[in-house]
This record gives sequence, C-alpha cells and structure tokens, in this order.
Amino acid sequence: MLSKRIIPCLDVRDGRTTKGIKFRDNIDIGDPVEMGRFYYEQGADEIVFYDITASSDRRPIMLDVVRRVAETIFIPFSVGGGIRTLEDMRDVLLAGAEKVSVNSAAVLNPDIIGQGAEAFGNQCIVLGMDVKKVGASEKIPCGYEIVINGGRTHMGIDALWWAKEAERLGAGEICLNSIDADGTQAGYELELTRLISTGVRIPVIASGGAGEPQHLLDVLSHGRADAALIASMVHYGTYTIGEIKNFLSRNGVGVRRSW
Amino acid sequence: MIAILDYKAGNLTSVMRALDYLGFPCRITNSHDEIRKADRVVFPGVGAAGKSMEGLGELGLDKLLRELFSAQVPILGICVGLQVLFDLSEENQTRCLGILPGAVRRFPENMRSDEGDFLKIPHMGWNEVKFRKNHPVFRDIPAGSEFYFVHSYYPQPEREDISIGTTEYGITFTSAVAFRNLVAVQFHPEKSGKPGLRLLDNFCRWSGVS
Repeated sequence: MLSKRIIPCLDVRDGRTTKGIKFRDNIDIGDPVEMGRFYYEQGADEIVFYDITASSDRRPIMLDVVRRVAETIFIPFSVGGGIRTLEDMRDVLLAGAEKVSVNSAAVLNPDIIGQGAEAFGNQCIVLGMDVKKVGASEKIPCGYEIVINGGRTHMGIDALWWAKEAERLGAGEICLNSIDADGTQAGYELELTRLISTGVRIPVIASGGAGEPQHLLDVLSHGRADAALIASMVHYGTYTIGEIKNFLSRNGVGVRRSW
Repeated sequence: MIAILDYKAGNLTSVMRALDYLGFPCRITNSHDEIRKADRVVFPGVGAAGKSMEGLGELGLDKLLRELFSAQVPILGICVGLQVLFDLSEENQTRCLGILPGAVRRFPENMRSDEGDFLKIPHMGWNEVKFRKNHPVFRDIPAGSEFYFVHSYYPQPEREDISIGTTEYGITFTSAVAFRNLVAVQFHPEKSGKPGLRLLDNFCRWSGVS
C-alpha cells in the first residue's frame, strides 16, 4: 500500500536556510542544498523549500538553489513562497522542482490554479492553505477560515469550501497549515486535518505543530493526512527521520523504511 | 550516448540529471538522426496521454519508436511513456502507439482504504513494486523496495507474461512491463532515491535481451 510521506520543510531566505541542523558538524547548516542532501540520505520522502525572501527581485538566488538541489537529490521536491504567475511556476519547474506551491496568490487569483494545472499538469500544483480556527458561523460553516499574511489578514473564506474549490480548479495536492498550531510544537490541528483530508479526493499534507513522533502518528492516523510536514523537530536534531519512521512503523503506520 | 526523447511533455531534465549523476552521457533530443545513433533510448512522460501522442505524432517520433523497437534498441518508458506504448488509454479515449497489446485504465472511483476513507487520486507517493520476474533492470534492488508514483491511470496488459512488477493501490495493477528490448515502468525511477537510480543504472548497462 501507499506509504505515508514524511516531508522536511526548509525555509530559505536569500539563498540560506533560516534554521540550522544541530547534530552534525560536517555540513554547512545554512546551505539549503547540503541540508536537502542530508535529509535525502536520512530517508525523507520528499522535501519542501519555502522561499521567505522578502523582495521578489531576489528570485534568481532561489532558482539557483533549486537547480543545485535538483542535481543532488533524487526524490521529489517542491518549492513555495512568492509564486504568483505562470512564469514563476515555469521558472521553478524548469530549474528542477517537481511541484510548486501557491498560497495567497491563489486566494487572490484562483484562476492561477487551473492555469498552472493546464500548463504543467495537476500533479505539479500544490495549494498551500493557511487556516485559522474561528468557530462555525453562517459565513464560515466549517469553523475554519482562510487567512493570508501569516495569519494577519482574514479572508472571509471557509477552509473546507476553499479546499474543494481548489480541487475542482485542478490542484493536485493540498498542503494544509494550521496557523494556530504552527510553531507551537504541541501537535498538529487534528480536527482540521481530518475535516479537509476526508473532504477532498486529492492528497493532503498536514503542516504546523509537529514536535514529537506521536504528533505525526496522530495526524497520519486520526487526522487522516496523507503526508506530514516537519521542521524544528528535525532541524534542531531532536529526532532523525529514521527515528520518526521507526516509531510510526512500530505503531502501524505504513512508511518507506529502506532507502 | 543515451537519447532522452523530447516531445514537449513533462519534466525531461530530471531524467537527464539522474543519468548525469550516474555518469552516463545523455542528450535530450527530438532529432531523428541523433536518436538513431543512440545506444539506447529513454522515453519519459508526464501529463496527459492525448497531448503526448500529439507531440509524438508532430515530431514523427511515433514511427521512430516503432522502428527502434524492431531494431532491438533498448528502450525505457517512464510513466506516460509507459502508458502510450499500449493500444489505447481511457484518458480521453486516446489511441496510443500499440507496441504493447492492452489498455490504460483510470483507477476506479470510490476505492476505499482499510479505515473506510476514499483512496486519493492521483496515486501519489511511495509504494512497493513486487517483482514478478527476474529482469536485468531489477538486479541488486532489494525486494520490498518502494518507488515514487504519481498517476491516475494504470496499464492493463493483455498478456500477463509481460508484467514484471505489480503494485497495490485499492487494486493490484501492473507497474512494470518488459517485452523483448523494451522495459517500461509506471513509477519515476529518477525520483525514487537509491532503488530508482539502481534501476536506471541497470537499464544503461542492459544489452536489451530479456
């Protein structure tokens, strides 16, 4: 059967990662290419690079990172952050990424999803969703609302509706980030993940809140996620990907064990 | 030299990067002369079967592929590059190359997991390929190895003896086929880590005799 995917996420600013790996000395902890290679060898099933460079004119640096990553890792990787146009998508895919992730650009201009899917195939287009719990209301029946700008701007859009709409428009996958759980290391938002993952027929990657292997077990079983994004828990050397996978496997979650 | 067929479909550079990494000279090309001179051919593919067939037809690569197949040139089809080798794809009822007898079907809707949830389509991620037969391209790949898949359609060969690997996703489907000098896989070896690189390496050393 299909394995659940474990996906480290690297934040890249001006060509450097913003968090270092703490438990190995022989790699440049700021170099996203070396970190990508490191996680590839550790058994990551996929890698996400998220460009948090503030100004869009630094894009060539990110493209260079993508190109260098593509030469050294032979698993899928996706790139998100600052992707607004078909041209942006084309640049990143030609540089060697498998997938591009669009988030606020898709909220502001949903057509970009269909255009991207038409041009490059559904499997290339990941919809990133930032979601905040607001409680059910007439306008937000599922109780979770789409936000942008790191959670500062509420869009008045129901998260479940948006997930289904993105699927209809041609997104191949959803990366679902809970703004409430993000950075807490206290566990994923399970209720939200389950709601979205069982509400669409495309794969859903859970994001935000991972702090220990039990959190991944929870979100991949109870939360019904197809994949789990991790960051701090591996970047700071608290766990290796192998340890996380061993834990999941012992607890009945199918993961890729040999690489 | 290995020719990677360029018919404007999908991400060809990832195959090239993997072959570069393994140290095999290769070239992305649609020049008939160059392709005829190649020792072997990789036929990749991402996207829709119909668009791929259109691209192949416009460049005359459909005829050339049949010619190379008859001329015993080792050929490796990947993903849609496997699918269009069959007679027909259910994806927009596309007539395909007809080099291999059989059809390409869409995963049934409403397949469910053990928990009772609908199985997601596309089938995206890592899954095991069970080797049904020894084939030179599988050499030194441990049993139980997983490969990276992303597809909504799967091949259904008419002749079961050409199926050399199977995978389970709601149903059991053929994920690797071999017929004479042709091997084709539904997964992406160029994105499947070490077992995938091993398969590519094996192909690049294969005589073309099964």
